[in-house]
Amino acid sequence: MSFINYASREINCKIVYYGPGLCGKTTNLQYVYQKTAPEAKGKMISLATETERTLFFDFLPLALGEIRGFKTRFHLYTVPGQVFYDASRKLILKGVDGVVFVADSQEERLDANIESMENLKVNLEEQGYQLENLPFVVQYNKRDLPNLTPTAELQTLLNPDGVPDFTACATTGEGVFETLKAVAKLILIDLKKGGR
Amino acid sequence: MLNPQSSSFVMYDEEFQRINAVIEKLLREANAKVIFLVDKNGQLITAVGETTNLDTTSLASLTAGNIAATGGLAKLIGEKEFSILFHEGEKDNLHISIVAGRVIVVVIFDDRSSLGLVRLRVKKASDELAGIFEALSRKSEEIEKSGSQSPFAEITDDDIDNLFR
Repeated sequence: MSFINYASREINCKIVYYGPGLCGKTTNLQYVYQKTAPEAKGKMISLATETERTLFFDFLPLALGEIRGFKTRFHLYTVPGQVFYDASRKLILKGVDGVVFVADSQEERLDANIESMENLKVNLEEQGYQLENLPFVVQYNKRDLPNLTPTAELQTLLNPDGVPDFTACATTGEGVFETLKAVAKLILIDLKKGGR
Repeated sequence: MLNPQSSSFVMYDEEFQRINAVIEKLLREANAKVIFLVDKNGQLITAVGETTNLDTTSLASLTAGNIAATGGLAKLIGEKEFSILFHEGEKDNLHISIVAGRVIVVVIFDDRSSLGLVRLRVKKASDELAGIFEALSRKSEEIEKSGSQSPFAEITDDDIDNLFR
């Protein structure tokens, strides 16, 4: 649910990065943080364990600029990917305006991707959302590694509806901004239409 | 209160002024340092007091995360929610409460005030705030029903593309 403030002339939207454990959600946010001008970003917050695994969420506020006199702000969140953190994932999806699904392209993570996608749908439905009606993009991450699942196969399994999708390597930044721009654009188009 | 099916939470100038008047009064009466209001989704609504050196955006997001996590805990033990949270620090303390089921009021105070005073004043202000948020919700619904378009109905693809140049 976007927040439109006529008094301060701001629009705030929430984007959630979803996907299986260690697929690179936090790395996506870290790259965006590193490459964004200081005046356009706030502090990045990571609630992580001692071993740098996301415990609750990462948070990165971004200011994109003005649209029709309104400052547009995007709040980027990641969920903890590990299966047993499901209760936390549900909480983070509250009030979501757009979702990025980060898939791990390595063959051995194919099942984990599919499981996480199913989990996303179930958790969204619990909050009263349908994935089909939400601004949604898919990223096939880790394209730099060996033993990859072919993109076409990932598309068939994870993106049957043909939403915008991107190959990426979050550690080098390839595809990271393309993914973010695509979901931000879909959210603004949604806002233009007057919402869901 | 606010319609969960609605796609946006909208704040208008008039209600924004009224809300600020209530929390500025609360700030004085509770001898607090900072007060801010956060939507349950983590969006900062407004902040008053000594906010200059405070990262209010991060505070808003973490507060909402905190409320969401304690709300999850509450449900697990069969409670609807824990409507008040209190965090005690060495110098500063946080008093967090929920108004009208969806807005979070955060009061930061030090030893110039006390938990009892803050609790008492927040309770009083909460009723006033709940009234304003209900009015706001009705107003949004009426405007939506009247079929008037969102100010963003007119944005063009170029406007959107310009953001990403």
